[in-house]
Amino acid sequence: MLNHIWLWMIALSIIIAAGTDMYNEFTQPTKEKAATEERNLNEETKLGQVTSEAIDAAGLAVKIAIGLIGVMALWLGIMKVAEEAGFINIIAKIVRPITKRLFPTIPSDHPAIGSMIMNIAANMLGLSNAATPFGLKAMEDLDKLNPKKGEATDDMITFLVINTSAITLVPASAIAIRASMDSANPQQIIIPSILAATMATLVGLTVVKTIQYIQRKRGMDKPSKVEGTEDE
Amino acid sequence: MSNLKIILDWMSIVAIPVIIIAFLGYGYYKKVRVYEKFVEGAKEGFNVGVKIIPYLVAMLVAIAMFRASGAMEALMFAIKPVTALIGMPIEVVPMAIMRPLSGSGSLGVMTEIMNTYGVDSLFGFMASSMFGSTETTFYVVAVYFGAVNIYNTRYALPAGLVADIAGLITAVNVCRLLF
Repeated sequence: MLNHIWLWMIALSIIIAAGTDMYNEFTQPTKEKAATEERNLNEETKLGQVTSEAIDAAGLAVKIAIGLIGVMALWLGIMKVAEEAGFINIIAKIVRPITKRLFPTIPSDHPAIGSMIMNIAANMLGLSNAATPFGLKAMEDLDKLNPKKGEATDDMITFLVINTSAITLVPASAIAIRASMDSANPQQIIIPSILAATMATLVGLTVVKTIQYIQRKRGMDKPSKVEGTEDE
Repeated sequence: MSNLKIILDWMSIVAIPVIIIAFLGYGYYKKVRVYEKFVEGAKEGFNVGVKIIPYLVAMLVAIAMFRASGAMEALMFAIKPVTALIGMPIEVVPMAIMRPLSGSGSLGVMTEIMNTYGVDSLFGFMASSMFGSTETTFYVVAVYFGAVNIYNTRYALPAGLVADIAGLITAVNVCRLLF
């Protein structure tokens, strides 16, 4: 799926940029085109802009990843201590009734449960710089249960959907910007935000669980075509 | 409402120190070699950071090209009939499209909508609720799966996007009811 979306995003961008440029070149009055040599095509054309944006984005990606290293190291270190002490296990046990349903194939004492809970809790509190390290730790723990490396498991996708529709008690950055723009009541969006995020989580979980159910059923009919990773 | 805000603000200030001292303190109490274990865990941070680079480059480049080329406007034009059908005003459609793609991009769109129509206008409420209620799904998919070298994401992206759409529609309609 990502394969197709990714390719089409790039292909469409180039096609549309090229089309816009061609349209502009043909419709522009010739007077302006007279000084061809002086034109800065890199800034003037859509294709030029697309190229330079793409190169900038590649640099930005590395900057983001490198910037993540410090905070990752901090939280992974703290998590390691908590794990050794058995603290993460205690947390995992408390939430077991919920996680048992969402992630039926993960053993309840597996470290993945603890890191997922930490991630979700951090997201709820709006601690986004702690949430990402916990989330990535959770993905690593989940990958230990992955029989097919390189392919996402059902549990990973369930976790990801909970994560992308994360319920936040305080949508901090939206409130901050509203406040900076002199809103009479910047935090008024908390209730709609929570409702919308709850809805997103519910719908996302329904979709994920339905797909998993269908795939498991199909897998039982035709064992050779099992796509999921669950052995039930 | 403002009391709630104060409580929540304090909660997010206090949360991190509490987590740090609880985790490390409990480890110390359980006689874990805290410093050694911390360093051992922290070492992984570097690997994760480096591992996600190729995935992040692939994703951010595609999104940047998409934004710069005007493909986004084309998409907006294409889905106009659909958004009208689900009760999403055309003014906030850019927000709906930008939100899953780019965090900074959608922040810009939100600010622009509030500048144009007013912070406390209906569109302002809608845009900021939309921003507050969903995540940058494309980024999360790239980073989370990148960290464990997963390239076949199966149905993760469509499922995440369906959740986003549900969240965005809810945000718009709740705002319409409340404000």
